Amino acid sequence: MNNKNILLEVRNLSAEVAGIEILKGINLVVKAGEVHALMGPNGSGKSTFAKVLAGHIDYTVTGGEVLYQGKNLLEMAPEERSRAGVFLAFQYPIEIPGVSNSAFLRLAYNTMQAARGGEELDPLEFDDFIREKIKLVEMDPSFLDRSVNEGFSGGEKKRNEIVQMAVLEPKLAVLDETDSGLDIDALKVVANGVNHLTRPDNAIILVTHYQRLLNYIVPDYVHVIEGGQIVKTGGKELALELETRGYDWVRAEFDAARAAA
Amino acid sequence: MSAMLETLVNQPYKHGFVTPIEEDVIPKGLSEDVIRVISKKKNEPEWMLEFRLNAYRHWLTMQEPCWANVRYPKIDFQEIIYYAAPKPKKKLSSMDEVDPELLRTFEKLGVPLHEQKALAGVAVDVVFDSVSVATTYKKKLAELGIVFCSFSEAVQEHPELVKKYLGSVVPPTDNFFASLNSAVFTDGSFCFIPKGTKCPMDLSTYFRINTQDSGQFERTLIIAEEGASVSYLEGCTAPKFDTNQLHAAVVELIALDNAEIKYSTVQNWYAGDENGVGGIYNFVTKRGLCKGINSKISWTQVETGSAITWKYPSCVLLGDHSIGEFYSVALTNHMQQADTGTKMTHIGKNTRSRIISKGISAGRSNNSYRGQVKIGPRAQYARNYSQCDSMLLGSSCRANTFPYIDVQNNTGKVEHEASTSKIGEDQLFYFAQRGIGAEAAVSMIINGFCKDVFNQLPMEFAVEATKLLGLKLEGSVG
Repeated sequence: MNNKNILLEVRNLSAEVAGIEILKGINLVVKAGEVHALMGPNGSGKSTFAKVLAGHIDYTVTGGEVLYQGKNLLEMAPEERSRAGVFLAFQYPIEIPGVSNSAFLRLAYNTMQAARGGEELDPLEFDDFIREKIKLVEMDPSFLDRSVNEGFSGGEKKRNEIVQMAVLEPKLAVLDETDSGLDIDALKVVANGVNHLTRPDNAIILVTHYQRLLNYIVPDYVHVIEGGQIVKTGGKELALELETRGYDWVRAEFDAARAAA
Repeated sequence: MSAMLETLVNQPYKHGFVTPIEEDVIPKGLSEDVIRVISKKKNEPEWMLEFRLNAYRHWLTMQEPCWANVRYPKIDFQEIIYYAAPKPKKKLSSMDEVDPELLRTFEKLGVPLHEQKALAGVAVDVVFDSVSVATTYKKKLAELGIVFCSFSEAVQEHPELVKKYLGSVVPPTDNFFASLNSAVFTDGSFCFIPKGTKCPMDLSTYFRINTQDSGQFERTLIIAEEGASVSYLEGCTAPKFDTNQLHAAVVELIALDNAEIKYSTVQNWYAGDENGVGGIYNFVTKRGLCKGINSKISWTQVETGSAITWKYPSCVLLGDHSIGEFYSVALTNHMQQADTGTKMTHIGKNTRSRIISKGISAGRSNNSYRGQVKIGPRAQYARNYSQCDSMLLGSSCRANTFPYIDVQNNTGKVEHEASTSKIGEDQLFYFAQRGIGAEAAVSMIINGFCKDVFNQLPMEFAVEATKLLGLKLEGSVG
């Protein structure tokens, strides 16, 4: 294993929300250039894991550690994680009335550029820049003038998340159920957008319920999360097996293996 | 994160210093004698003294109003100093002779008085406690027939104009604080824009309270004759004292046929500390009369200061086809209380009014919008549109909306929209996830919220207002 390529290393991570333990010892290694799918039934801890990585205040880490590019991610404020290249596409993107999408995107971009030592763009330059980016997800330019996510349909919000990913060019993108609420055409558009953003030096964690997204974004690894632990890891074919057999057998296998040990 | 929101607005007041200057101060207290002293100090004609005394006698019969949604201990009107003025070294003939201490004070406040250094394109009258200390660009404006001077000077130089218009929009009997002002007002600004003249620069008054226990009672009178137009700006600050000071101003605007007056205020009086100790009581009566046909009066206010604000810049739409507008941002924090809004009184035919009010409440403050739209029986086809939005920061503040609508003509059309929103932790997390820190996020949300009002401000003021809200929201994050 080439340690230099390791982007994210999660060791025995546990976390709780409102006093209830959700994550119970997650272990995961993500290297540059990889796509990981994180699957599991409702309430298994998938979204909690995504939010813990992003640093949501409601979630308290109770044990373990997370190294991102060799640094302790858990010590970093949410905005520092973002500036360091950790991106979360929200399951339920937030509406921000009164703030135009383009102004928001520009501030986010310029903040990121400042953190990376890159050049900031004025509104005119940014307009050219963003008009190119939104083509990636076939978004209408009128969405740039509207308030962030306000009155957007579920599908439009998800596209907007991918636009933000395109603007910020993260190292590690965690897409939290980006496929939920999308019809098949929108799913293809969004998946195509994500595929255009994958590079040898970045990585993606796809959090999803369903196999169908993985037809379009092909993962290198599929992890099954259950009861706050990763109970099985396999290749892309594991997703297909889950699609036909459900999740119960995975849990049973895991429990049996643990009992034997 | 909610603890952070609560303290996000903890910003030290930057204008809280006191100028060490020798002042001519009369003893505390109010009586006919005090009024005579003020009038005498200002060398006023007999009719002006009569105006004051009549107002005072009427005031004695009045009760302090208690309908506003604000709470404060009873004001002892005998504990207020009604006249405080920096002692002039001699009669001033140019700006170079203004006391350097005063020049430094206003320099520090960002209001340079030397014309070569002055704000480009803005003429400024500065009022320090009870008197106007300087007016810039006076000569240049005079060449166009525009009178822009202190109120005291106008009484001396243009008594016929003052006599004609003073009290014609806000009568001395109008309300408790207007009557008090009519009795004891000390100075203020006077603008007269003659027929057909467009004022080539923004006119501005900067009000500064310096003396502890002094009240400021200024009077502003702006007249735009037929076809004239003017944009007027008002700014205010005061030092930090742990006692409350009363500011009871009266502003009257008169627009004749086809005239237009745009009046903008950025109010940043000292607001008291986080426990509500000290600060200005800002009890102000502002009213504009659209007297002529097609006249227009537009009020824009950004209210960020004062312990208590009680203020309703209003328009009386007398002339047919006249237009009244009110754009307001009111920010309250800590223990501040604001009860502010407008009155649009439609009298003439085809009169139109527009109200855009944005209230932002933080800390433990209480922020109320109170507005009245009245469509009189002769106001055929009058129209009003009102929009009142409130934003809450944290969970210990309050926002209220009290709209009053009175329509007496069935051709009228009145629309009212209102909304309340809150900056949520999820919004801040969303910004943070995109690399944007809480301060920048709150500032962006607030500026977005206030956009419709800021767009109405003249350029320099818009920048100033954005900065001011930014400052108020700066601090202790993280």
